[in-house]
Amino acid sequence: MRVSSDAIRAGLAALAAALVAPKAEAQVFGGPKSGGIGFLPGVTENAENMFWFHNWILLPATIGISLLVLGLIVYIVWRFNETANPVPSRRTHNGLLEFAWTVAPALVLVVIAVPSFRLLSEQLIIPAPDLTIKVTASQWHWNYGYPKSEGGFAFDSLYVEDKDLKPDQPRLITADHEMVVPVGKVIEVDVTSQDVIHSFSVPSFGVKIDAIPGRLNKTWFKADQIGMFYGQCSNICGIDHAFMPINVRVVSQADYEAWLVEAKKQFASLDRVRLAAAPLVNP
Amino acid sequence: MASVTDLSHHDVEAHHEHHLPTGWRRFLYSTNHKDIGTLYLVFAICAGLIGTALSIIIRAELLEPGMHVFPLISAIMSGDGSVDAAKNMYNVFFSSHAIIMIFFMVMPAMMGGFGNWMVPLLIGAPDMAFPRLNNLSFWLLVASFILLMCSLFAEGSPGMRGFGGGWVLYPPMSSTVGTPGPAADFVILSMHLAGASSIIGSINFIATIFNMRAPGMTMFRMPLFPWSVLVTAFLLLLALPVLAGALTMLLTDRNFHTTFFEPAGGGDPILFQHLFWFFAHPEVYILIIPGFGMVSQVVATFSKKPIFGYVGMVYAMLAIGVLGFAVWAHHMFTTGMSLNAQRYFVFATMVIAVPTGVKVFSWLATMWGGSISLRPPMLWAIGFVFVFTVGGVTGVVLANAAIDRYLHDTYYVVAHFHYVMSLGAVFSIFAGFYYWFPKMTGYLYDERLAKWHFWVSFVGINLAFFPQHFLGFQGMPRRVVDYTEAYAFWNMVSSIGAFIGGAGTLIFLYLLYDAFKAKRLAGDNPWGPGATTLEWQLPSPPPFHTWETPPHIFGDEDAHAPAIAGQGSPA
Repeated sequence: MRVSSDAIRAGLAALAAALVAPKAEAQVFGGPKSGGIGFLPGVTENAENMFWFHNWILLPATIGISLLVLGLIVYIVWRFNETANPVPSRRTHNGLLEFAWTVAPALVLVVIAVPSFRLLSEQLIIPAPDLTIKVTASQWHWNYGYPKSEGGFAFDSLYVEDKDLKPDQPRLITADHEMVVPVGKVIEVDVTSQDVIHSFSVPSFGVKIDAIPGRLNKTWFKADQIGMFYGQCSNICGIDHAFMPINVRVVSQADYEAWLVEAKKQFASLDRVRLAAAPLVNP
Repeated sequence: MASVTDLSHHDVEAHHEHHLPTGWRRFLYSTNHKDIGTLYLVFAICAGLIGTALSIIIRAELLEPGMHVFPLISAIMSGDGSVDAAKNMYNVFFSSHAIIMIFFMVMPAMMGGFGNWMVPLLIGAPDMAFPRLNNLSFWLLVASFILLMCSLFAEGSPGMRGFGGGWVLYPPMSSTVGTPGPAADFVILSMHLAGASSIIGSINFIATIFNMRAPGMTMFRMPLFPWSVLVTAFLLLLALPVLAGALTMLLTDRNFHTTFFEPAGGGDPILFQHLFWFFAHPEVYILIIPGFGMVSQVVATFSKKPIFGYVGMVYAMLAIGVLGFAVWAHHMFTTGMSLNAQRYFVFATMVIAVPTGVKVFSWLATMWGGSISLRPPMLWAIGFVFVFTVGGVTGVVLANAAIDRYLHDTYYVVAHFHYVMSLGAVFSIFAGFYYWFPKMTGYLYDERLAKWHFWVSFVGINLAFFPQHFLGFQGMPRRVVDYTEAYAFWNMVSSIGAFIGGAGTLIFLYLLYDAFKAKRLAGDNPWGPGATTLEWQLPSPPPFHTWETPPHIFGDEDAHAPAIAGQGSPA
């Protein structure tokens, strides 16, 4: 099946790219490709582990089981149709067989569960962060708040209308001001919402966490490559649900510091009272 | 379908004291399980057509990037052709599509329709235990549907018509924050009534199956369809009160200033999600378990072989039913639940794959060694086994919270649940429909058309939903009215598939017209020696009252000999 080979190839390519050039100069385009069928490029360890787990354990299992059932159906219909087999058997039991098809799937599940649980812990136990960014969702845009240590500013990130797009910007998933983070640093993201539930999602980082009013949800990522990474709000939040893109630009430390200087100038004069600018305590 | 009663049988039943009601009285006041079953089926077909039309319009919008269809739809429906009204109308459409398909198509068809028609016939009971409750159950559902239709034309978001927060009704989207207008109240009241209708119906099924089986029809001689209805009825009975509680809290939050789900007043929106999914996860099994029963009986009939591993099949359904109550939060892996909670829900969810696997393998083993005739019901049943497997294995993928974090709320999830619902549940409904149509109406349908219906639907719906896995891997979120150009190719393929599937529905409608027009008589048993259950011993269509003298069920007294289990008296 094309699905498997392409998806595996995509996974392999991401893996290879990560192994060969972990700090490559090339900018990664972390968004969808036309006609693409695999995961978006993974640039964090968690995302790569996630894709490996899917492409090498779950995908073979799912395709294998589907093909087994399809193969059995085709064989049975061919072998036991009423012209080939006019007299049906009366067999309704086989204890061993019934035991086997109860236990075998359970064993497959154990094989799946081991890496699954390991990966789950890696995702949810947040290491000590180098930088904490507060993400606040509202209908229908994102707000990114940087802590006092970085200058204490916050800015809105809005959908760019078609007429304002630059030639190299993809439609609908481009935001006017992206979140900018340094490469190779542990970034904690604290997510909340001011109105309804939204969801902060960056597929290339393997990150998705709901933005819920009255709660502060935490997640984290450590991007190993520079580039532009795209996500979209992932919880129905009203009429402009499709129009609140998430853009994260991963840059070198030097570029990040240069951006900070500019951003402080540009955004510090804006809404000073935003909660997002309040000092954040590391867990 | 008004002709289910053959008046010639009326003469046979002439000793019966009361006259047969006719015209509108017969259906409006009906307490007869067959007439109520027919009402449910007609209702489900009408709702299914509306739900399908909504989905075709949604796929037409998603055929290409940009917004083309909904500005027009919105201009027609609300007189407002603006872009915002179009976006709102799209949200209203997918929300209504889900609610209609779940509460007004699949549930009425499986439980109300086939359950009412066939459970009394299959267990040798003269009718349902509470015939008047049965009537109430149906008409509450009609009232519920009318309320839902009202919501389409009531104000939701400021200046907009209808409720667009998805069938899950998550607050604050469904509270006054997201939907200040009364459209959400109409949806809440509609689901309240649908829930009441289902609770009443499930009490009726439980009482009927426990108390009204014919002499000799022990629980483990019962065919698998009544078993599946029994399990489903318990799920409904236990799950729906939780929904009713959550909906009531939402209603008082909206109207009486309580703050159950409002953080500003100390409430918690996630509490609603826990309550909702405590209901809604059993609900998705409610949508599929009666299908298991129908597919089992169809597979056995057309393999001319008893069910393989009958006892295992029953226990698998019970296990799926029990486990269904213990996995709800796997719909909530991205809400920020603790690590240990996520570990538990991953584990519990994966366990469900085991009894599900038992069912799939038992269907295959039932066919193995059989003498299979590929008549239309069997085609749909075999199609079910395959698409249900595909939807099942992607369910195992999604059970892993570590992967669900990527795929949650993407089109991968849309593909997954449409494989188990739009293909799985719907295929089992058509398997049942084509299986029992000759019994219910007395007429044969054109089998060539039924096979066309199957193949066109099979190709179309697979083409519609398989590419959505790719869109999910590429990160396309669900419930979006527009998408970036990179998603255009697979969306176009998916839409073309949906249109082909829609053409399949037209074939179905023509088949119905043809069957009632041609009036080819079916006879008692059109399916031959494989059809061993009790309903095939009755005339087609069955007389108004059946099994007034209960049949006596003979069989091997050994409960572990399902070769006899669940069958009628040997001819």
